[in-house]
Amino acid sequence: MSDDTSSPGTVGAPPARVAVTDDAAALLVRLREKHGELMFHQSGGCCDGSSPMCYPDGDFITGDADVHLGDLAVDSFTVPVWMSRNQFEYWKHTHLTIDVVPGRGAGFSLEAPEGVRFLIRSRLFTDDEW
Amino acid sequence: MTVYAAPGTEGAIATYRTRYDHWIGGEYVPPANGQYFENPSPVTGRTFTEVARGDADDIDRALDAAHGAAPAWGRTSVTERAIILNKIADRMEEHLEELAVAETWENGKPVRETLAADMPLAIDHFRYFAGAIRAQEGSISEIDGDTIAYHFHEPLGVVGQIIPWNFPILMAVWKLAPALAAGNAVVLKPAEQTPTSILYLMELIADLLPPGVVNVVNGFGAEAGKPLASSPRIRKIAFTGETTTGRLIMQYASQNIIPVTLELGGKSPNIFFSDVAAARDDFYDKALEGFTMFALNQGEVCTCPSRALIQSDIYRDFLADAVARTEAVKQGNPLDTDTMIGAQASNDQLEKILSYFEIGRAEGAKVLTGGHRAELEGDLAGGYYVTPTIFEGKNEMRVFQEEIFGPVVAVTEFADFDDAIKIANDTLYGLGAGVWSRSGADAYRAGRAIEAGRVWTNNYHAYPAAAAFGGYKGSGVGRENHKMMLDHYQQTKNLLVSYSPQKLGFF
Repeated sequence: MSDDTSSPGTVGAPPARVAVTDDAAALLVRLREKHGELMFHQSGGCCDGSSPMCYPDGDFITGDADVHLGDLAVDSFTVPVWMSRNQFEYWKHTHLTIDVVPGRGAGFSLEAPEGVRFLIRSRLFTDDEW
Repeated sequence: MTVYAAPGTEGAIATYRTRYDHWIGGEYVPPANGQYFENPSPVTGRTFTEVARGDADDIDRALDAAHGAAPAWGRTSVTERAIILNKIADRMEEHLEELAVAETWENGKPVRETLAADMPLAIDHFRYFAGAIRAQEGSISEIDGDTIAYHFHEPLGVVGQIIPWNFPILMAVWKLAPALAAGNAVVLKPAEQTPTSILYLMELIADLLPPGVVNVVNGFGAEAGKPLASSPRIRKIAFTGETTTGRLIMQYASQNIIPVTLELGGKSPNIFFSDVAAARDDFYDKALEGFTMFALNQGEVCTCPSRALIQSDIYRDFLADAVARTEAVKQGNPLDTDTMIGAQASNDQLEKILSYFEIGRAEGAKVLTGGHRAELEGDLAGGYYVTPTIFEGKNEMRVFQEEIFGPVVAVTEFADFDDAIKIANDTLYGLGAGVWSRSGADAYRAGRAIEAGRVWTNNYHAYPAAAAFGGYKGSGVGRENHKMMLDHYQQTKNLLVSYSPQKLGFF
């Protein structure tokens, strides 16, 4: 069981916590053709930390230590985005957009062989959103 | 001043091959799938070699070689293994300059660091564990007059090691030296950003190690790292990297019931108490250098002192001096021995750092210096350079809480001792910390109160082989360095022996 925190606010229908750029969405379409259903888990720590890791859905086991930030709507499918609960405490005031840049991430994220790396772009929630 | 010629150009002391296969069974072996990937130098952004893109088949072949070599290697005497480790160290020392240039070209770090730190430390690491394994003893417990418990150290067998890209050779050696000293065979996967400098080293020492004792398979994490980490044919996995992959590796390890050691980074506080500024002397100068250590290795260090906490009464003056010291850091060609800060290791690291400049500013952190990409000229124009950056803000901001892995420090002030410790420990991590004070008692109390595995006291970023290194909290499991590291690569065999002819009397 994990908390669903896809909405930052408590009243009405606030905007999502997570979004995806067109380039990243196009990459997710290609990755899904190769690997099946997908998931993200936002990493912390050194080296390639502070980056979103993309796995075949279920390959990374989430649990009570994680929160579900929301689902990226891509084409005809969705991709859940997760983060460790303790990390979320420091991130919860920011909206996250998953983008992609040329590069070579380590870790086991699925996009690395394509010569690109998913990247988080963050902005503060506005007062209206929060 | 020396400017080394880039590998592949005239006069270069280090030369890379144009293509690298896997290192399996003591020789180069082409990848089973025939695929290679490009390896660009962060110095210029241009590809200088291509590298085998390994997958599960290559990992299997490497594991075959390792399993073939492990029994005999595990039976060699500690004297023989120590001699080999010392010979490796000697060979590296003979080629120190060459290895330093090779690593700088692949990683982007300044050659002054590879010459003075990375290579000497790696060499010493082999020597330290050569000595440690010879001095290691089992133990005997006398249970009673006729019953003795003997404890022997035995190697685990074949172990997997996944290496980060920030110190491609040193981090490999941190894991290799104790594993080899303890009698294990290794399958090692370097980071995909820095796949070849370790192969450069393997070639240099090829005649010293029995074939199959160390095997290197390159490739991407999802394709080569995962089959290694999840293999039922390894008896241990060691990883340095970030938290999500660390958890994933623990999940794989749980399926095979094998131990893991994980080093997952930090957000290390560097604390400057008032008395640091009691005089403008050598110690004050040393403390300012200690502050500026956030720029060492372009900030690509798990223990980067990326949060500076300065006591309120000296805050303004000390910070002004620290900004000046930071602005004096010379950025340029990493192959120039005068250069103090080189290139970030990859384009995506560069992009990530720039994205943190955005969120830092958005959260209201003030940029005191830097805060932008460094545009260098000529051949360096395509490289990945960032100007050393100081943010001023509050500890709850994301630039204070997340590892940026760039030359970026976030600075805030504290009122008193308790406030300093509260801020220092308000983090998910606990790998490194720095404490600066002229009072031995204050420094001691602070060091004991900080929840981190390594507290540098009146120094920073020293990595001697005899000092244990590892994390509290989210920074990982286990230690590296120090002879205690041998325990992470050994089983305990207990022979419980009765010398009594008398039965127990139960049956």
